[in-house]
Amino acid sequence: MRDIAKSAKRLVGLGQSDEQETVKTDGGEPVDGPANGSRLGVLRENLSNQDFRQSAPFWLPAFLLMGLFVYGAILWNLALSLTDPSGYGPVDYTQLDLDLYVRAFNDASFVQATINTFVLLIVFTGVSLALGLVVAILVDRNIRYENTFRTIYLLPMALSFAVTAQFWLWMYNFENGVVNLLLEVLPFVDKVRWFANPELALAAVIIALIWQFSGYTMVVYLAGLRAIPNDHYEAARVDGASTLKMYWRVIIPQLKGSTISATVVLMVFGLKAFDFLYALRGTYLPPKGTDILSTLMMREAFSNQNFAYGAAIGVMLFLLALSIVAPYLTYQYRQGEL
Amino acid sequence: MSTETVADDGTAFGIDVERVALYGTLVGLIVFYLLPIETGLMTSLKVGPYSSAPFLPTLEASTTENYARAFDALSSGLVNSFILTIPATVLSALVGSMAAYGLTNVDWKGQVGVLALFIAGIFIPYQAVLIPVSNFWASIVPLNVWFGPIAEITPGLEGYHFDIFELVITHVAYGLPICTLLFRTFYKDLSDEMMEAARLDGASIAKVYRRIVLPLSGPMFAVVLIYQFTQIWNDLLFALVIVGTGEKEMLVMVALARLGNTLSDVGVGLQMAGALLTALPTLLVYVFFGEQFAEGIST
Repeated sequence: MRDIAKSAKRLVGLGQSDEQETVKTDGGEPVDGPANGSRLGVLRENLSNQDFRQSAPFWLPAFLLMGLFVYGAILWNLALSLTDPSGYGPVDYTQLDLDLYVRAFNDASFVQATINTFVLLIVFTGVSLALGLVVAILVDRNIRYENTFRTIYLLPMALSFAVTAQFWLWMYNFENGVVNLLLEVLPFVDKVRWFANPELALAAVIIALIWQFSGYTMVVYLAGLRAIPNDHYEAARVDGASTLKMYWRVIIPQLKGSTISATVVLMVFGLKAFDFLYALRGTYLPPKGTDILSTLMMREAFSNQNFAYGAAIGVMLFLLALSIVAPYLTYQYRQGEL
Repeated sequence: MSTETVADDGTAFGIDVERVALYGTLVGLIVFYLLPIETGLMTSLKVGPYSSAPFLPTLEASTTENYARAFDALSSGLVNSFILTIPATVLSALVGSMAAYGLTNVDWKGQVGVLALFIAGIFIPYQAVLIPVSNFWASIVPLNVWFGPIAEITPGLEGYHFDIFELVITHVAYGLPICTLLFRTFYKDLSDEMMEAARLDGASIAKVYRRIVLPLSGPMFAVVLIYQFTQIWNDLLFALVIVGTGEKEMLVMVALARLGNTLSDVGVGLQMAGALLTALPTLLVYVFFGEQFAEGIST
């Protein structure tokens, strides 16, 4: 999704030239000048444009379906979150207030889930970026069988959370799990009950997510490294910089764009960790200490039937995602503009 | 990059120490990324998963009994998942391709705004739409209730197939933003000349799509189909909320996650066999179309 903003920006550029072209090529038909900027004017112009009428069957059904499920559902969810809890009964949309949001901030489990969500997002994203960068630099050093290495590193990402949860449950097994066998080999450390210990459970989940998604970061960084011209490496070498210094001073600063887009995508993945946590137990209640906003929302709505409260948590998750994605798209847009 | 990374003085007996360390690290990373999967595979073949180190092959006779039991428990889920994934994948790719064409290769005012709405849809956390979607299928458009009587008199058709159909529509709706974007990046680079020439010859918009754009879209269809197949096959969230946990209608990911709840005495071996069986379709797709998968996720 690295290219999304780039294409969004390009598409703005293209859109402008399109408009000029429309005016040019449709010279035969009466067209409202660009001066008539009103929506109605644009609509009238479009309707008189044969291309527009002919193209509508291509994009309009998709747009209506997507619009209903994405934007319609978000608005309905917002309205639902402003109602009062009604259990199974009909929802009363006449009395709207922010009571449920107030309730959320006074709810200890909501506060704890929010803290866990932020810890997960920050640690998971940070470590995945660092690990992915190191792996990308290693893969970029003119190695043989590069494709094979890359394919294997990316493999966990092709698996479902429901599948990887099973593998990691066994990895973390107390008696015969690989992780505990490793700990036994090391001095001064003992076997640990990973998911039974609320202090460790979230760390265990984060390690599993890093395993699954650092391959993705590697792919993004590798593309970024390949885009850096060779003479930047050579210039640093001529200056007598060591390899480590060259990467730190010259190469890594140029990967800012890759870092930002990978961060956004990883955070969006992190918000979706519900699947993994559900699959650990097969219930809406994840191991103690790992409750995040998406599991709390699912439990309130589909296990406790608190639909309105679940909707309120959903809205806050949406705002959280928006606060990550909106600056990203704006940043990319500005970068392209300058 | 093509700079020489080999230090001149780092050689001993013709072996470059730096290169050895590099390949050693790369192999170590292979162990890191494959170990959980390899451990699962070894354990799934063992009679006693606690008798030896989990990642080692079994010393005694291996067993395929875990796979037989896992297949029994998951086979209806596997069938349901194929019934879901194949139409949903094909439909979302096709509709996404058409939408991208209408928004990229045909000029009209305001298409930028429409496209922006599509792109923003990629980043939605699904928890923010899930309650309305489940209400929508439960009470506004309950296909299962409407078509239930038809299913009863039609052999081979069951009421829950309409639940799966609801899930198909849902996946198409939420897959459209990314599909449209992927096709759009591809169509933007198609040469306009051919299309313009065809238009001047009097070909309609629809004809240009059928005769010129669609035949050229092959490579991008491969990318999008593989991306969507993996996404939809792997999904747990929508499957859980829209189709649910009933024994007959469960999709395979839900069945796998609830294996411990449905079967008694689920051993680790069975769990690992189930996980590998469930992952097999996506693993095969990944092995044969890894390049397309990488292109899909990194665009």
